[in-house]
Amino acid sequence: MPNAESRLDVQERRRYAVHALARTMATLTSKIPQSSRPAIISLIIGAIQRLLLILQDYSLLCVDTVAKAFTPPLYFADTLQQMDLIGVGSLPMILLTGFFIGSVMVLNTASQFQRFGAVSLTGEVVALGLVRELGPVIAGLLVTGRNGSAIASELGSMVVTEQVDAMRALGTDPVRKLVVPRVLATLIVLPLLTAIADLIGLFGAFIVSRFTLAQTASQFWNQAIQSLALGDLIQGTIKPVIFALIISTIGCFYGLRTHGGTQGVGRSTISAVVVASITVIVVDVFLSKLLLFYFAS
Amino acid sequence: MSVTTTNKAVPGEPLIRFENVSIRFGDSEVLRNVSFQAEAGETKVILGESGSGKTVLLKLAAGLLRPNSGRVMIMGHDLVDMKEVDLLDFRRHIGFVFQEGALFDSLSVAENVSFRLREESASLQEIESRVRQSLRFVEMEQSYDKFPAELSGGMRRRVSIARALIDQPPIVYYDSPTAGLDPVTSQTIITLILRLRDLNGVTSLLATHRVQDAFGLANFVFEPKSGRVLPVWEDANGRHFALTKVLVIRNAEVYFQGETTELLKSEDPYLRQFLE
Repeated sequence: MPNAESRLDVQERRRYAVHALARTMATLTSKIPQSSRPAIISLIIGAIQRLLLILQDYSLLCVDTVAKAFTPPLYFADTLQQMDLIGVGSLPMILLTGFFIGSVMVLNTASQFQRFGAVSLTGEVVALGLVRELGPVIAGLLVTGRNGSAIASELGSMVVTEQVDAMRALGTDPVRKLVVPRVLATLIVLPLLTAIADLIGLFGAFIVSRFTLAQTASQFWNQAIQSLALGDLIQGTIKPVIFALIISTIGCFYGLRTHGGTQGVGRSTISAVVVASITVIVVDVFLSKLLLFYFAS
Repeated sequence: MSVTTTNKAVPGEPLIRFENVSIRFGDSEVLRNVSFQAEAGETKVILGESGSGKTVLLKLAAGLLRPNSGRVMIMGHDLVDMKEVDLLDFRRHIGFVFQEGALFDSLSVAENVSFRLREESASLQEIESRVRQSLRFVEMEQSYDKFPAELSGGMRRRVSIARALIDQPPIVYYDSPTAGLDPVTSQTIITLILRLRDLNGVTSLLATHRVQDAFGLANFVFEPKSGRVLPVWEDANGRHFALTKVLVIRNAEVYFQGETTELLKSEDPYLRQFLE
């Protein structure tokens, strides 16, 4: 796989701990004679080794990206262009989805609250659900689908048509020129998109509760705003920052390790979307637990 | 290693030198103990079938890949030991023409050609004048504002050559520059390479599977006074020859290296197959 080999400096790779782990793993497994290993064990060992190597390369890309995001040269024009593509480009999708998610939340929660005569709590529940959880996750998943895939396929196409090698041959670092702007742009834009999704979701929730539950504007907004504590807003801001890192770095990682022509671009795009979506949801669980622990009060 | 030290050739050293270079991808050995050298001003034609490792050899020579063993000495500096950050600086002094051109498809022709200058924060005036000069050299000035998607295969290669030449590098690598082109366009590309060799004294490696390219480069010279391409000739001052040598790769190893005249005289069945 020439492209993967060429991207990473072998000497630098060895500096990282994950590589040491992979080597330890290889040493341990090599002590078991090949003939005495059942086929299934060999398959499992092979899969674990491949997974560790992927994790190693991903960690290296993340470390490299962070290091290069704080040192010149920085590509401001490319970052702005990506902010436009990711932010402005995703806005209609975020507005529409946010509105209808807020609306459907009211319909579902109100139908349950009606059984206990607690319909007035709808605003509170919807606001908490949207700001803490649904806003960041929905915005994250939508941006994964739209931009995580776009990043992976764009970089993948550049790799298979040798544009990334051409960039290196012209003396430009592809991580600085391609990865850092995309990561920075997603980091800046996703929290903003989430805030917009939260607001428009609450607006959608208000419209539905106004017409189906006959709630007044002051009833709904008082409930919604008073239910939100500073901790909830912090949760709703930290999550999109973490999700942005996940989406953009995974998109870039799969894009840059593309091989195998146009089919390879398709495979990379699918992998980027699947892995980023699952990672966003899994990380959300642990992040929620952690943030609830800190901001429970 | 700083830019200032890496971009200077070491006196007495050949500009390009491979010493027992081997590289493998997984179980497949692509190059095994490859050794050769190219003097200043020489064009080394790397001949081989598709998949014989020609592109890998060029990428090794540019530091885009690292060998498993051996040394790759360019302008007296061992690329194998260089860090990626130093290699990026070093590559600013090497031109690389990729097989399909590898033009950035989101950038116009002018932006592609000026990519390196914009990275170096050159002034807009300087960028425009040098881009036009470079495009004029490859006779593509009329495509200044076009995008790669609007260009034919041959035009893309010419723009790629213009991009590689923008900083007037002493070394240029061409990866199958005539592959998939019609004979007339191929001849145009070979003439461009001839002009670069004979006008600018560029040292180059040219990977190709077409033996005609090797003979085109070895049997013709660009005569700066008349501005014409002439066959090599002999007069009272001696033979005016083209500084072009051939290296044939077969089964991951160097199979033949020498002058085209030696290649032509060879009775080796594999080389004859190539020639015929």
